[in-house]
Amino acid sequence: MYLKRTNPFLFYLQRVLFYVLVLVIAVYLLFPFLWAVLTSFRRAGDLFLPPLQFITAPATVSNYTQVFANPNFQRGLLISVIVAVASVLISLLLGSFAAYALGRFKFRGKALILYIILAVSVFPQIAVLGGLFTLVQATGLFNNPVSLIFSYLIFTIPFTVWVLTSFVRDIPGELEEAALVDGASPLQTLFRVLFPVMMPALVTTGLLAFINCWNEYLFALTFTSSNRTVPVVIANYSGASQFDQPWGPIMAASIVVTVPLIILVLVFQRNIVSGLTAGAVKG
Amino acid sequence: MTTKATPPSAVAPTRRRGIETARARQAIWLLLPTLIAIAVVAGYPLYRTFFFSLFEANLTTPGERTFLGLGNFWFTTDEGVALGFLQDPKWWTAVKNTLLFTVVSVFLETVLGMIIALVVNSAFKGRAFLRTAMLVPWAIPTVVSAQMWAYMYNDSFGLVGRGLLGGQALLANTDSAIWALIAVDVWKTTSFMALLILAGLQSLPGDMYEAADMDGASRWTQFWRLTLPLLRPALLVALVFRSLDALRVFDIMYVMLGPVNASSTSMTGYARLSMIDNSQLGLGSAVAMAIFLIIMVIVVMYVTAFRVKFD
Repeated sequence: MYLKRTNPFLFYLQRVLFYVLVLVIAVYLLFPFLWAVLTSFRRAGDLFLPPLQFITAPATVSNYTQVFANPNFQRGLLISVIVAVASVLISLLLGSFAAYALGRFKFRGKALILYIILAVSVFPQIAVLGGLFTLVQATGLFNNPVSLIFSYLIFTIPFTVWVLTSFVRDIPGELEEAALVDGASPLQTLFRVLFPVMMPALVTTGLLAFINCWNEYLFALTFTSSNRTVPVVIANYSGASQFDQPWGPIMAASIVVTVPLIILVLVFQRNIVSGLTAGAVKG
Repeated sequence: MTTKATPPSAVAPTRRRGIETARARQAIWLLLPTLIAIAVVAGYPLYRTFFFSLFEANLTTPGERTFLGLGNFWFTTDEGVALGFLQDPKWWTAVKNTLLFTVVSVFLETVLGMIIALVVNSAFKGRAFLRTAMLVPWAIPTVVSAQMWAYMYNDSFGLVGRGLLGGQALLANTDSAIWALIAVDVWKTTSFMALLILAGLQSLPGDMYEAADMDGASRWTQFWRLTLPLLRPALLVALVFRSLDALRVFDIMYVMLGPVNASSTSMTGYARLSMIDNSQLGLGSAVAMAIFLIIMVIVVMYVTAFRVKFD
């Protein structure tokens, strides 16, 4: 305001530069994805066109029909959904028990348990890969989605415990004390009293854990051969020959697995930011 | 606290202690499933990886193994052939590239994330849109973003590879590939950094800025003297978590470069190549243990340096 009166030129120059910056940021964040969307609607022969002609080339949905007709991709989608949902449900159930104990109870060794859980959450997955692989083989679970459901717990459990613990701490204690006075057991208190209050946190945590499972690549690549999840299918999407990458269908498949995530993230954006910050350690 | 669980005849101090022991016992039962799960999916496999790192073992027949001690780390045969991975120049190339990747990408992500967060934190038309746009790169699966960029880097028709660089095969050699990979990682995770920084910015007290305005401090001074020091804790947490993620990077290298080239750009890629692709379970496990140790040392340094407390 001050500047507007004393030096209008400088004021408007500042405004313009600011909006240029906003535009640059928006393009930087969105352009690669929009380019992939555009590519997914182009015919194979048009991929070689120079950018301007590429943008105006006729659109086609053939890449999408091809992707959905691909049995590997169909299977991948199904397995990804099963694995991610099962892993998230298990970790939410176990995680809320643990979070209730860690957030509400006082006992010896609590700090130690929190340190262990923190240590697991920064675990490099590669450190357990060899050990898990031999276990998966020995139990006959190789190529079985169950191996992925269990191995994903290594990152979903610590994450859910952390976020839910910080949430449980913020719930006022009166609720639970009232239930205890009425003679409710801890499990009854957890299910009847705390779960309803924790619903938003459970949804947020579940969603973030789901995204992590949906994106996981190293375990899925190593523990399965034909029952692959979607990221592995997309990474190995092959054309007629080894040197012919079918970019149109790859981009279409990429868009198909990304759009549901983007929609979920946009719908829950406020919860996600709070979930992410609660997941980070408070120093 | 409640007195429900103890008989009414008990005296007060014992009663209280009784409740606390009861609560502690209940806590153990609530924690047990999680602790068992962690032991099964993390503890025992970690122990097995450590165990195999001391043996020469093949992935397909882990039962037939010979004890090597630390031979997987450092071992020279009588003929003078160096077999330990620490004697392999390719491992050190992977270490060098991973460190370069970590330092440069985390630095760029912090600077760009800070700029984006400051812009989104100020009031202007279209703010809600930019805030939403921020979430897009973060929501895209890593493998998908790797494929998207591999396509853009393509030297015969990619927007970057052909359009900007006139047909250079960026990903063909490790020296240029590492910079291309840094660009992908920065694009993918800057928004995560910006989200965390933005959350930090929004918790800063507004009245301090009003006071600074009254004193006539410029925006620039306010940023360096107020924002940055107040933001330090949030910034450090984000920084450390990003660095740990970058140190164990795997997906983008493996998808964009393939198993062999990925093994000279990331430590994890090197470990996986030897352990799975080459079936050398023992050697690969030794590499994995080295990565585990590097990361744990950094975590311990972080926890002690910033005095992270629980409770």
